Amino acid sequence: MGNDLVVPAIVAVTLITVAIGFYGLRLARTTSDFLVASRVVSPTWNAAAIGGEYLSAASFLGVAGLILKYGVDVLWYPVGFAAGYLALLLFVAAPLRRSGAFTLPDFCELRLGSRRLRTLATIFVIFIGWLYLVPQLQGAGLTLATLTGSPYPIGALVVGAVVTANVALGGMRAVTFVQAFQYWLKLTALALPAIFLALQWQADGRPAVTPPDGATFRTATTVVVEQRAVLTLGDGQTLEVRPGDELSFAEGEPVPEVSGVANGATDWLLPSDAGSDDRGLFATYSLILATFLGTMGLPHVLVRFYTNPDGAAARRTTLVVLALVGVFYLLPTIYGVLGRIYTPQLLVTGQTDAVVVLLPEAALGAGTTGRLLAALVAAGAFAAFLSTSSGLLTSVAGVISTDVLGRGSVRGFRLATVIAGVVPMVLALNVSGMDVSQVVGLAFAVAASSFCPLLVLGIWWRGLTDAGAAAGILVGGGAAVTSVLVTVLGPALTGWPASLIAQPAAWTVPLAFTVMVAVSLATRRRAPTDVGRTMLRLHAPDALRS
Amino acid sequence: MAAEDALPAPRRPDPAETSAEPVGSGPPGRTRVVLAEVSRRPHWVAGIHTELTQQTRVGEALIRGLVRAQLALALQLSAVVLIGLGGLPWLFAIAPSVGRMTVLGVNLPWLLLGVLSFPFLVAVGWTYVRLTERNEQDFTDLVQRPER
Repeated sequence: MGNDLVVPAIVAVTLITVAIGFYGLRLARTTSDFLVASRVVSPTWNAAAIGGEYLSAASFLGVAGLILKYGVDVLWYPVGFAAGYLALLLFVAAPLRRSGAFTLPDFCELRLGSRRLRTLATIFVIFIGWLYLVPQLQGAGLTLATLTGSPYPIGALVVGAVVTANVALGGMRAVTFVQAFQYWLKLTALALPAIFLALQWQADGRPAVTPPDGATFRTATTVVVEQRAVLTLGDGQTLEVRPGDELSFAEGEPVPEVSGVANGATDWLLPSDAGSDDRGLFATYSLILATFLGTMGLPHVLVRFYTNPDGAAARRTTLVVLALVGVFYLLPTIYGVLGRIYTPQLLVTGQTDAVVVLLPEAALGAGTTGRLLAALVAAGAFAAFLSTSSGLLTSVAGVISTDVLGRGSVRGFRLATVIAGVVPMVLALNVSGMDVSQVVGLAFAVAASSFCPLLVLGIWWRGLTDAGAAAGILVGGGAAVTSVLVTVLGPALTGWPASLIAQPAAWTVPLAFTVMVAVSLATRRRAPTDVGRTMLRLHAPDALRS
Repeated sequence: MAAEDALPAPRRPDPAETSAEPVGSGPPGRTRVVLAEVSRRPHWVAGIHTELTQQTRVGEALIRGLVRAQLALALQLSAVVLIGLGGLPWLFAIAPSVGRMTVLGVNLPWLLLGVLSFPFLVAVGWTYVRLTERNEQDFTDLVQRPER
């Protein structure tokens, strides 16, 4: 791409991240500094940090790419990612903070007093954490490769190494400041170019997003195909392309229709309707369920709640996060829509995830403004990789250091961080071709089918037993994990089985709830005797505690 | 603050369990021989605060009531979201004409999902925080009501 500003921008973001990390290191002295930031983090900082940690590569790059590709139906991704915080606020935030649980395994032991359940929860935390880390590192590799032409492993290794070192040396206190900084960087990096893009669109005479006679190339374009597809050219001819094929299009030539993508104006612009395809509706509801209920079960989200001083502060922090995240999610839609006009070639190459980083130069030209904005967006994308990976790594390392290594020391935490960081780096180097947003969506589905029922029933229902919780997690979470493995490794499916496996939440979440309740009722005698005391602790207002 | 700064261990004692010592009577099962009159003090003098921490029937009923009120509130507001947002795919599916409507040149589904859903979620969250804090305030007032 030849933008000489991209690499300096990425280096600057990385250096600032490391610098704030070391500033935090000077402050981090004790183990509690490392793990819970000594609870001196103010709600605003904490909310920005939670937002910064949450907005991952899937939000920053993936959502816009999906909108470019599929249109209105995938707007449920950003809506669901935001609504997950509402579900967290309504059912979990304050009681979880009051419980004093720092991680999900802590909550299991605290509420149900079972070491075996704790072990099971540990396994799921590590699985979800790694499932979420791999696409972050892959996104980093792909972005760097797209922008600078560097080999794919470099980006993944750089992000993995920086994050591992930063978390191991600075711990969570440093991470809080880094995350808060990165929220604002990510917001700016999308908002500022979006303003310029909108102005440019005005100046170009407001070209239609879905012109009546199909999209056309605005400039002469040469496309290198990255994914196997069937193209339907403007004259009705079909053409099968393979990765590596090069196609040239003249200015004004119609964009070919690509198989597996919403091509026509109606497909892209209008929601799928019932008559033609019930599976579309099923997938939509499954996605809604996974994102609404999955957020509360993500390991890096829960850890943050412990840095609030009390339950009421946890609630207010969550509300601020909801607002911050909501503001951010207004922006990717703009990129996805304008990408239809300015970067239609991405539909042909299949690299729609690159729309956010390529759009500024494509729309504004390779002048200084375009290059500066492209560099800003690249910096924001790297902030997204760094912040989400840091949060995930902190929580996975926390669980490994306390539950697997069995040590609460700073040294143990550092060792655990290295272990937690190296595994996904190795996986990211070996597994390529997974779609960033799809894998992240699967992580949500697993969290929604395992930890969501555990938290909701554990907090609100006295009848939950350790056997019920374990059975629910094993059956519901196990079904979701199986779906993930089949999707990533298994053969390509068609028809209903494909829909049920690709978007499993609509059946795995109810399954997990049902099994958890039924087994708990069957093993009623195992209900903990101190459940009344636990309920008091979870729900008694903070004012009564001092 | 010393206890608060400690590493969060799973079995860390909670302030609510340890700090609220009963006012008058000793722990149940302990016999006092010196001041017979003190040990015969009626139970209610100990106060509702003690009822809560001592796991009496009254305390149990109180906390059950609070949990039920909070859960009802959370369920009501999630029903609002389920109908308001969750109804949209169904609405678009059974009435495709709604999806074709445009406001200011933008198709209605794009406007509803891409823009308006976020302030809607924040508004529901804000309402929840207000109402749930009112529930807790009512409960606190009840518990801390001056004894007769």
